Amino acid sequence: MGNVVVWVIWLVAAAACLFTGVRVVIATSPFSSALSLIGNLASLATLYLLASGEFIAAAQILVYAGAVMVMFLFVIAYLGGRADAPWAGGTKLIQAASVVTASALMAVTLVAVMLDAGGRLSDESDVDRAFGSPAEMGRLFLTDHLLAFEITSIVLLVAAVGGVVLGMRSQAEALADAEEAAQP
Amino acid sequence: MMGPGIPWYLAISAMLFSIGVAGVLLRRSPLIVLLSLELMLNAANLAFVGFSRLFGEMDGQVFALSVMAVAAAEVCVGLGLIVAMARRNLALDVDAFTELRG
Repeated sequence: MGNVVVWVIWLVAAAACLFTGVRVVIATSPFSSALSLIGNLASLATLYLLASGEFIAAAQILVYAGAVMVMFLFVIAYLGGRADAPWAGGTKLIQAASVVTASALMAVTLVAVMLDAGGRLSDESDVDRAFGSPAEMGRLFLTDHLLAFEITSIVLLVAAVGGVVLGMRSQAEALADAEEAAQP
Repeated sequence: MMGPGIPWYLAISAMLFSIGVAGVLLRRSPLIVLLSLELMLNAANLAFVGFSRLFGEMDGQVFALSVMAVAAAEVCVGLGLIVAMARRNLALDVDAFTELRG
């Protein structure tokens, strides 16, 4: 009985994940693209939960669907109508080639997964309740993966500095504005 | 394990990644390209979590969390670039930028 419920939740989450993923790509307004991505992240968090990744699921909602997507929505709102860029570029041939490339990539990966589905990919290890818990994640981050943890903090710091530098007004811009203001 | 096995997770991950590839190749708005990149990163994360469950090792989840942090950094710089482009009154169209073309 519990098995059936898990299957139903999984299938609903997977279907929502693919549907919102397609919506991100085909939506004409950037707002609906970004909102679809939020739905996509939420359904992925459900899938993480079912694969015993409790902490990852929580971080996905808090960091991704929360912080990162709010930044996206702010920028889309700031750009206003300018964000509505052309839907697709290139000739019809290029567009068809893009779709064929993506489908071929999907076919190759799916066949590779299916060939191994009955073999190595089917014997999962048994995990205990601590698997994926915040306590266990914290222990790993402060012991085995301490270097990765510290490097992540440096990457985030550099990105924050980069964002500030990109957002700064250049001297030439400031001069041009000052000249404009000086003229009567 | 109750419910679907790991191959199902990997299949969803492959489909999501291909949708992201199609988005990057098809769309011309840098915002949508960035959103499609997020799709691809999340597909990779799903595979990481699936494999982590398969082997019973949590290293995959640790890596997925690092990928999330790097994705946040990438969004910060990418959105900064888009805002800088908009402030210089450049067209928000990735095909319009050809200065670095060899």
